[in-house]
Amino acid sequence: MTMTTTISPVAKADNGVNVSALLSARQALEQAPQAAQFKWRASCAWLNGTHSRSVIGNFFGLGAEQSRNKTFTVEADHPQVFASEDNAPTPVELVLSGLASCLTAGVAAVAQRRGIQLHSVKATLEADMDIQGILGMDDEVRNGFGAIRIHFDIQANATEDEIKALVAQSQKRSAVFDIITNPTSVFVTVN
Amino acid sequence: MKFATTVIIGAGQSGLAMSRHLTDRSIDHVVLERGEVANSWRTERWDSLRLLTPNWQSRLPGYAYQGDDPDGFMSMPEVVRFLQRYAEVSNAPVETGTLVTRVWPLDAGYAVSTNQGAWRCRALVIASGACNIAATPSLSAGLPHEVASLTPMQYRNPDLLPEGGVMIVGASASGIQLAREIRASGRRVVLSVGEHVRMPRTYRGRDIQWWMDAIGAMDVRYDAIEDIERARHLPSPQLVGTAERETIDLNSLRKAGVEFMGRLVGLNDGKAHFSGSLANFCALADLKMNRLLASIDEWVSSSGLADRFPAPQRYQPTVVDPQTKLSLDLNDGIGTFIWATGYRADYSWLDVPVLDRKGRIRHDGGVISAPGMYVMGLPFMRRRKSSFIDGAGDDAADLAAHLSLGLTRAAA
Repeated sequence: MTMTTTISPVAKADNGVNVSALLSARQALEQAPQAAQFKWRASCAWLNGTHSRSVIGNFFGLGAEQSRNKTFTVEADHPQVFASEDNAPTPVELVLSGLASCLTAGVAAVAQRRGIQLHSVKATLEADMDIQGILGMDDEVRNGFGAIRIHFDIQANATEDEIKALVAQSQKRSAVFDIITNPTSVFVTVN
Repeated sequence: MKFATTVIIGAGQSGLAMSRHLTDRSIDHVVLERGEVANSWRTERWDSLRLLTPNWQSRLPGYAYQGDDPDGFMSMPEVVRFLQRYAEVSNAPVETGTLVTRVWPLDAGYAVSTNQGAWRCRALVIASGACNIAATPSLSAGLPHEVASLTPMQYRNPDLLPEGGVMIVGASASGIQLAREIRASGRRVVLSVGEHVRMPRTYRGRDIQWWMDAIGAMDVRYDAIEDIERARHLPSPQLVGTAERETIDLNSLRKAGVEFMGRLVGLNDGKAHFSGSLANFCALADLKMNRLLASIDEWVSSSGLADRFPAPQRYQPTVVDPQTKLSLDLNDGIGTFIWATGYRADYSWLDVPVLDRKGRIRHDGGVISAPGMYVMGLPFMRRRKSSFIDGAGDDAADLAAHLSLGLTRAAA
């Protein structure tokens, strides 16, 4: 059985994304779909007040533990209007950052795949929140965002519609966009 | 056990086109049909359905639409008569009322058991269709018992629906047609919208299918497409065949009073939950439609035909209400769910290891790795038009040639 999968020659654009490697990985995973199962991890320790520090290191994927040669730390806190010390961004701002980074990486990858040279990509995000939810003042108000608005300002050697299509395709393939727009089961254990 | 050199399973457009080519090549064969000719068209479609392709495009080897309404769209009884007549003029050796229950390999060929006795053959053509089963998502199990659950194969018309509003899941051809007619009957209709393909019925004075044909899009081959898997699983375009050649899209449905939700992502505690991705799916569909229209405009210009057609135009982008809700209380008047979530082929009778891990048949342009075995009529199987009536002829010609060569080689 021969299923022909054609890989186009990667075009002249260079956005620093190795699309050939990603396409080869996709082909390899067609043969071994179980290797596509990944587990992402983080640990988080309380420092003081609303200030905490997460450490991010190993993950599991391609059928094995994947170790990095360093770990990353991400801190979070709350601002002074919440009577906190403002040592770091709030967790919800980190969520916005995660969404923006995921979509931006996607834009670069899709542009590379489509042979579009990017000159600059800037995403600006704003999210609405009614804090009556988190303060427990009104059960009908959700804790999380009411809506998120993202504006992309992209300079690239492409038409306006081609640039819009990059952003749309990036959303379609984005993990964080999916995590935010669709429900996910969360299981918590203690001690 | 009866013998035929070739057994064709299914007497729809694909099976009949293949039969015609085998007859032309003097290859003896039989067409096994579980019901009557054009059985799916007869029994598994809703009352108002018409073909999405205009009459002139109903072309089969040695046979074409001859009526006085070339730009009209056939109703299902008309499609049935059209194919019935084709079977007659072709003298197709159809065995009706013959349900294939199992196919398995023999030393040189295949055995086919049916409810009317068994057949042995050297070559086998699977032309039983791509849409045997309405695919419903696993989350449909969470639907409360008091809400009726239907597929488009079971739906007939709005009058037969239980009381109350109707939630239609899926906004491809089936979903939007049902939304339109059920809403027109006065019911509340909520439409859950995921990935979809938007297309105007007519553009620059011609049917969109005329354009797709003219610019060569329908003839594009499967081996000329970069991501054929994606092309094969695209949702059906938002088209309807009406005498008025009406364009139907989310904007027209909105004007008619249909309510929209994102993709259905959960059903629990009597509530349906929807994705927040609606705006992006609409943006993707608008961009894709505009790429198609641009390719038509480009073809017109480069052919020097600009003065023969009305000027290019673009349509209003899909309106998405920023207040679109993310959940719906089913106790709030929803009596029926219709799962317009696609169809899949049924190969439960096929006892030959040719399916992939998702239960789909593995093939290279209709040629299956098992010797002498072929499939027909699947989306983008050899060409973009492979699953259309108009596509059966070219595919049958190619595959009949391959099949014939295989028989000759085996005999040598």
